[in-house]
Amino acid sequence: MTARPLPKFTDDVLLSVQHLSTEFRTDDGVVPAVDDVTFDIRRGEVFAVVGESGSGKSVTAMSILGLVPSPPGQITGGQIMWKGHDLVQASPAEMRAIRGKEIAMIFQDPMSALNPVHTIGEQIGEVTRIHEGLRKGAARTRAIDVLSMVGIPQPERRVDDYPHEFSGGMRQRAMIAMAIACEPDLLIADEPTTALDVTVQAQVLDVLLEIKDRINSAIMLITHDLGVVAGTADRVMVMYAGTSVEFGTVDELFYHSRHPYTLGLLASLPRLDDDSRTRLVPIPGQPPSLLRRPPGCPFHPRCAYAQTPSPCATDAPVMRLVDHLDHRSSCHFAEQLVARPEHSR
Amino acid sequence: MRDAIDPRLEDAEGSPFPEQTDPTQRVEQNRDLAFEGGAFGLGETLIAAPSGAAMRTDVWRRFRRNKLAMLGLAVIVLLVLAALFAPLIARYDPYQLSSELRKPPSSEHWFGTDTVGRDLFARLVYGARVSLSVGISAALIATVVGVIMGALAGFYGGWIDAVIMRVTDILLAFPYIVLAIAIISVIGRGQSTVILVLGLLGWLAIARVLRSSFLQIKQMEYIEAARATGASNMRIMFRHMLPNAIQPVIVYSTLFVGAAVLSEAALSFLGIGIQEPTPAWGLMVNQGRKFLTSAPHLLIFPGAAIFLMVLAFLFVGDGLRDALDPKLK
Amino acid sequence: MGAFIVRRVLVTIPVIFCAISLLFLLFFLVPGDPVDTLAGGGGQRAVSESVRHNIEEKYGLNKPIPVQFVGYWQRTVTGDLGISYKNNQSVNDIVGRTMVASFRLAFWAICIEVLIGISAGIVSAVKRYSFVDGLTTVSTAAISALPVFVLGYLLQLAFGVYGGQHDWPQWARLPVQGIGPDSWAFGVIPTGDQWRYLVLPAITLASVSTALVARLTRTTMLEVVRSDYMRTARAKGLLERQVVLRHGLRNAMIPVITFIGIDFATLMGSAIVTETVFNWPGMGSRLAEAIGAQDIPVVLGITLVIVVLYVSANLLVDLSYGWFDPRIRTGIKEGR
Repeated sequence: MTARPLPKFTDDVLLSVQHLSTEFRTDDGVVPAVDDVTFDIRRGEVFAVVGESGSGKSVTAMSILGLVPSPPGQITGGQIMWKGHDLVQASPAEMRAIRGKEIAMIFQDPMSALNPVHTIGEQIGEVTRIHEGLRKGAARTRAIDVLSMVGIPQPERRVDDYPHEFSGGMRQRAMIAMAIACEPDLLIADEPTTALDVTVQAQVLDVLLEIKDRINSAIMLITHDLGVVAGTADRVMVMYAGTSVEFGTVDELFYHSRHPYTLGLLASLPRLDDDSRTRLVPIPGQPPSLLRRPPGCPFHPRCAYAQTPSPCATDAPVMRLVDHLDHRSSCHFAEQLVARPEHSR
Repeated sequence: MRDAIDPRLEDAEGSPFPEQTDPTQRVEQNRDLAFEGGAFGLGETLIAAPSGAAMRTDVWRRFRRNKLAMLGLAVIVLLVLAALFAPLIARYDPYQLSSELRKPPSSEHWFGTDTVGRDLFARLVYGARVSLSVGISAALIATVVGVIMGALAGFYGGWIDAVIMRVTDILLAFPYIVLAIAIISVIGRGQSTVILVLGLLGWLAIARVLRSSFLQIKQMEYIEAARATGASNMRIMFRHMLPNAIQPVIVYSTLFVGAAVLSEAALSFLGIGIQEPTPAWGLMVNQGRKFLTSAPHLLIFPGAAIFLMVLAFLFVGDGLRDALDPKLK
Repeated sequence: MGAFIVRRVLVTIPVIFCAISLLFLLFFLVPGDPVDTLAGGGGQRAVSESVRHNIEEKYGLNKPIPVQFVGYWQRTVTGDLGISYKNNQSVNDIVGRTMVASFRLAFWAICIEVLIGISAGIVSAVKRYSFVDGLTTVSTAAISALPVFVLGYLLQLAFGVYGGQHDWPQWARLPVQGIGPDSWAFGVIPTGDQWRYLVLPAITLASVSTALVARLTRTTMLEVVRSDYMRTARAKGLLERQVVLRHGLRNAMIPVITFIGIDFATLMGSAIVTETVFNWPGMGSRLAEAIGAQDIPVVLGITLVIVVLYVSANLLVDLSYGWFDPRIRTGIKEGR
């Protein structure tokens, strides 16, 4: 398999998240859902955030939009720089002006994320009505436009349908249509294809990528599916137990990973092109409860390379550059993890 | 296994999975739990699927933290003790008439005396027996009948379901007091009639709740799995389905004890419930109502007793619901 | 939609028929001879043969029960509810008169229930853990635990007795018995001093339902607030108020409307206790009276009206779902 062409993204940084921490205060204690996460997203790129459920990737997205349910959630530290403004400090009114207009979100389950009692057209039109002050008629026309953009057949008829009259894939397209109605600069897609059939998944991803180029925005793609990442993303951040553990381009992570967790994910990924009959290897154990996160590196109880005595169980590792460009890892032994040549793609 | 993880840790020692005792088991767990899509539900990600016993302690732990529910439980315990040891607590015979009519509370008669000179405190304490036995027996009847009917309707469907649901339709079409009156006028008045009537009205809601959960659970794969292993219908119904559907029924039954106490009071108040000289709280309010101005204690003490008992069951029922289903708090 | 309504109506007819038949049979199994009731004297003295004969002739009591049963339904279907055993009044008249009084009381109780119950529930859910939420939770629990008759007498004690003894302002001293002047505009608006007689029974009747509505609204609203589409609405940049009103309320109202619709019928029929406490001349107090007097035609007549009201309320609520929930509307369109 040949390496992918160089990423198309520019150096135009849209969003810069610095040392973001978000906590939930529950009856059982404080849950550090996102802990000191740093990354940036540039115009034109697809930035993937990968991790198991509970790793903090959705909470990261909700923090950017200022939609962490509060109480019990709260951003406790860091900055979210968007076009020169810190969204953590932004007023509710400023946040509302950004939501849906500059940063739009596509949710995982289009059935429950669409309101059952309003038509598709009303729900798409609502975004343009509040952000661009469109009248009812104009909003409907725009809704028809974006519906056709995402490939809904007969959009002028389907615009008046209710969500339950759409199929799963169509609903996800409608969600995308709703998100792009104001041509936002950043689309946050939270597991946009998880609830869909495999064949529909590919179509929806295609639509998403095409739209991104057409409206010149960026996509923050939240997923647990490394297959989706490989096919669509430019750069990737891997999250584990609320922390980011590795960060780099798709090629760097897939071929030269410097973190045992990423390696574990890759090893548990089935590959069609692999004829070496190597067994899939799941990562042993379970993700930790965020309430009782292990000391030191949160991954060390499951890590095949954790050593005793070593800093793994005692010292929290720090994200650091591990090779050229911007490849970062938070493994104490990142430099000693060297990929076997025969396994690279 | 290790071969497949490609990178080499240059100075690695020992097994790659040091703490692993039974690798296959862990692997199974990992498959189930690791990548199930990123639902944005903190509760689900924080609480791993608990075992039966762990869940019970969990429920108790959440219940204990609910102050109102614990208060309710304490009140119920106190009322039960009062009912059990009524003769030790009350200084007077609740049936003993005297010439001291409608006397206000005093050190002699803590809650005063009623319209025929009986000690109100003694009657209230003995009344707890009546209310508790009516409430709890009615709830038991309602739960047993409701569970059986709901399970049959939800499990078998077809004509059994149709018949049971039509019966509930018809019975629910009556205001409960009208139906209670009709039944009472046939089989006479008294404590056991009240229990029977309230029990026979209470099962309707339980049957409907259980039926709809059964309809859902019937579709679940583990029921198909149980059937595939050759389990009998009875076994599937009561071993596999009921434990998964019983939680709302438990909550409802607890709340129904309070509702039954209230209904008993209303029936007794209307004169068609428990009859003189049995000390029933609703009956006591009825007797006091003619003396609202001169002897308000005849209204206030029995009223407060009903209020306290019903409130206690309400708090416990609510607390149970929250503890059983932390998402729906 | 038309076929759906027809089917739905057809289902309700046997329910009404069975309910009333059941009641008819129950009351004819009652121990005790209606002739004794009719002749007066409470069965204390023997009724002479000729009197007995006349009475049985007049009310058709000498016929076998199946014949009476068929006769009862023949009359009922033509809208004749029979004649009271107590005095020669037509049950139609009694039902008509008392139903109006019950309707007025229930109407105002529903108004209180909707206004206070729904708004308390919404505020409580949206401002969770706030003071208002705590107050709503505690007071709804307290009201649901307080027997209606105790609440009624407490109100009488406060506004009727205590207010008079302690120089409360004139408007806060209220009459506690009866319907008063019985003067209304547009059927339900009290005129003159009428409101003074209405307010305490209306509050008493509304109390339990208001608490239930508040709790129900709070629960459904909390569920809705947490739902994914509310998050979508927030992610669009809507004001929280718009999120709640445009996206939350209609979804949350579906179960609440169900409850209120059916509750209206229940309030008209179950006002027995309230109407007895306040001596309000409605169906409830008349029913209680008729039961005490073994006046079976009146009992059956009033119950029939209550059952029909209840079943029709259910029907209307089912039909109104379509407006609130398009998922059901489509189901109906497709001839479910």
